[in-house]
Amino acid sequence: MRMKWTSYPYILWMIIFIVVPLALILLYSFTVGEEGGITNLRFSLDNFRRFLDPKYLDVLWISINLALKSTLITMVLGYPLAMIIAKEKPKKRNVMILLLVIPMWMNFLLRTYAWLTLLGKNGFINYIITKLGFAPLNLIYNDRAVLLGMVYNFLPFMVLPIYSVLVKIDKSLIEAAEDLGANKFEVFSKVTFPLSIPGIITGITMVFMPAVSTFVISRLLGGGQYMLIGNLVEQQYLWVGDWHFGSAISIIMMAFILVTMAITAKFDNQKEGGGGLW
Amino acid sequence: MDKTHIIDLKNISMEYDGTKVLDNINFYIRKNEFLTLLGPSGCGKTTTLRIIGGFEKPTEGRVIFEGRDITNIPPYERQINTVFQKYALFPHMNVFENIAFGLKIKKVPKDEIEKRVKEMLRLVNLRGFEKRSIDSLSGGQQQRVAIARALVNEPKVLLLDEPLGALDLKLRKEMQTELKNMQKRVGITFVYVTHDQEEALTMSDTIVVMDKGQIQQIGTPVDIYNEPENAFVAKFIGESNIVDGIMHEDYVVEFANRVFECVDKGFEKKEEVDVVIRPEDLEIVPLEEGQLNGVVTSVTFKGVHYEMIVKDGNIDWMIHSTIMEPVGTEIGMRVLPENIHIMKKVVEK
Ligand SMILES: Nc1ncnc2c1ncn2[C@@H]1O[C@H](COP(=O)(O)OP(=O)(O)OP(=O)(O)O)[C@@H](O)[C@H]1O
Ligand SMILES: [Mg+2]
Repeated sequence: MRMKWTSYPYILWMIIFIVVPLALILLYSFTVGEEGGITNLRFSLDNFRRFLDPKYLDVLWISINLALKSTLITMVLGYPLAMIIAKEKPKKRNVMILLLVIPMWMNFLLRTYAWLTLLGKNGFINYIITKLGFAPLNLIYNDRAVLLGMVYNFLPFMVLPIYSVLVKIDKSLIEAAEDLGANKFEVFSKVTFPLSIPGIITGITMVFMPAVSTFVISRLLGGGQYMLIGNLVEQQYLWVGDWHFGSAISIIMMAFILVTMAITAKFDNQKEGGGGLW
Repeated sequence: MDKTHIIDLKNISMEYDGTKVLDNINFYIRKNEFLTLLGPSGCGKTTTLRIIGGFEKPTEGRVIFEGRDITNIPPYERQINTVFQKYALFPHMNVFENIAFGLKIKKVPKDEIEKRVKEMLRLVNLRGFEKRSIDSLSGGQQQRVAIARALVNEPKVLLLDEPLGALDLKLRKEMQTELKNMQKRVGITFVYVTHDQEEALTMSDTIVVMDKGQIQQIGTPVDIYNEPENAFVAKFIGESNIVDGIMHEDYVVEFANRVFECVDKGFEKKEEVDVVIRPEDLEIVPLEEGQLNGVVTSVTFKGVHYEMIVKDGNIDWMIHSTIMEPVGTEIGMRVLPENIHIMKKVVEK
C-alpha cells in the first residue's frame, strides 16, 4: 500500500508534464479554431493536408536527410573512438570518458555559440586564413555548418552506448575466436562487431531523434532563413501563432520517430535471436 | 630433439608487474598423451596453459612445438585449440555456428563443415542440438559444445582449463570417463588443468604437480601417489601423515622416537627429513605387536573406510581402515618399510 501512495507524486508529475501537453497537441492538431483559444474548436484534417504542400515536405526531407547524415558520421567517428577507449586500462578509460562528457556539462546553447566564434566571417578560422593571405571562406550559415553542429553535439550519445557494450564483451570470447584461427580482422567482423550491434542501435536512436527535431543548431549555425522541421514547429508556435498547424507537424514528426524506433527495435531483436547476417 | 615430444617448455618464467608467477618451468609433452597440470589455486596452471596457447608471452623461456620455436607465434597460427575455463561460447551464434566457427575461418567447403559438425555432435552426445541457442543449454551441455568446437578442428594439441569445474559430482565423473575415452579415440594430445587430485590421478598419463609457480614433481599417477618427492606433493595428492624424522644411515630412519627400517638411501648422516606415511598404510595390530601405539581420539565413517585419529605422544596419526576401533581404545600400528617415504626437507625461501 505504501508503495502505491509514494508513486502518486510521480503519476501526478507524469500527468501534468507529459499526458496533458500531449493531449493538447493531439487536440490542436485535429482541429481548427480561433488563434490560441481552446473554445470554438472544430474537428478538421486541414492541418495535416496542409503539410502535404511540397514546400513543407521539402523541409521534412532536408531534416531527415541531415539527421541521417549526422547519424552516419557520428557512427563512423564514434565506433572507432568507442573501441579505442574500451581497449584502454580502466583508469585511462575513465579519464577519456570524462573528457568526452565534460562538454556536455556546458549549456547546449553556449556550446553551439562557441562554434560561431570559430566559424564566423570574422571568426578564428577565417582570421588565420586571411592572415595567411587567402580570401575568407564561407564557413557558416550552410548545410555543412549545421551538420558539423549536430555531429559535435551528438557524438557522445553515439560513443557512450557503443562503448558500454564493448567494454562488457567477455575478453575470453575474443581469445576463443583467435584460438579457432581468426585473425584480428576476422575477430572483429565475426565476434566484436555482431556483439556490439545493440550499442549501435541505441546510439542511432539517441542521435537520430534529437538530430531530426533540433531547431537550435539549425538556427544558430544555419542562420535565420534556415528551416528544419524543428524550426518550422517553432515558427508556427512563436511567430505565426498557428498552434493547430504546429501541433500537426509535431504529431507527424512524433509518428515518424516512433516508426523508425520500431524498425530499429525489431532489427535489434532479430539480431539477438539468430545472428548469421554479418 | 626427441621426436616423441610434441611440445617442450624450456626455462619458462612469467612475471606480472614484477611478481613472479612462473619460475623456470621445464617439461615436455609426448604425442598423444594425457598430461595434467595439477596444483592449488593460483599456482600458475592457467598461466602455463595460456603460454602454450599463445595468449600470453613468457617473460623468459621458449615454447617449442614439434621442434619449432613458437614463442612469438600468435594463437591463430598455432595448431592448438583450447577449451576455456568458462567455455567462452559465442552468445550470438547457435550450437551449429559455434562448432563450425573454426572450419568457416579455414574456408572448409560447406558440405564438409556440415558433415564434420554433425559427426562432432554425435561424439559429444548432442545430436539434434544444432539450432539451439547457447543460453538455452545446461552447464554440462555448454561444456560439451566447447569441447566439440575445439575438437572439430582436429588440433594436434587440445588444452583444457578445468573444463569440469562447474559440473556437479555425478556429471563430472561421467564427463571424466567420456573425455578420457574421447582422447583415446581421436588420438589427440590433451593438456588438462585441474586442482582436483582425484581427477588428475584417474585421467592422466603424466601429471605435473605445481606449487607457487614451480614444478614440484613430474610423473605417472602411480609414481606421484606412491613416491611423492616432497612433503607438498605428498600432502596435495591425497591425505598423508607427515612427521619429522632423522636419517641415521642408509635404510634406517628415526621418527616418533623409534627407529625404523626403510628403503631410502643417499641422505647425509643425521639429516633431518620429512617422513610421509599414507593413512591406509598404517595397519592396526594388537597393542603388543605395534611398532607404534596410541589412543584413538576420533572416528569418522567415510563410506568405504573409517578414518581414525590416533594420538601418540605429540603426533596425531591418521589411519584409514575397514576395521573400526572405538574412541579411547589403545591400539598398536605397523607400517611396512616400503610404505615409509623419506623426503628432503623443503627449505622455505
Ligand atoms: N593478468 C594478470 N595480471 C596479474 N597477475 C596475474 C594475471 N594473471 C594471473 N595472475 C596471477 O598469477 C598467479 C597464477 O595465476 P593462474 O591463473 O595461472 O593460477 P591457476 O593455477 O590457474 O589458479 P586457479 O586454479 O585458481 O585457476 C596468480 O597469483 C594470479 O593472481
Ligand atoms: Mg586457472
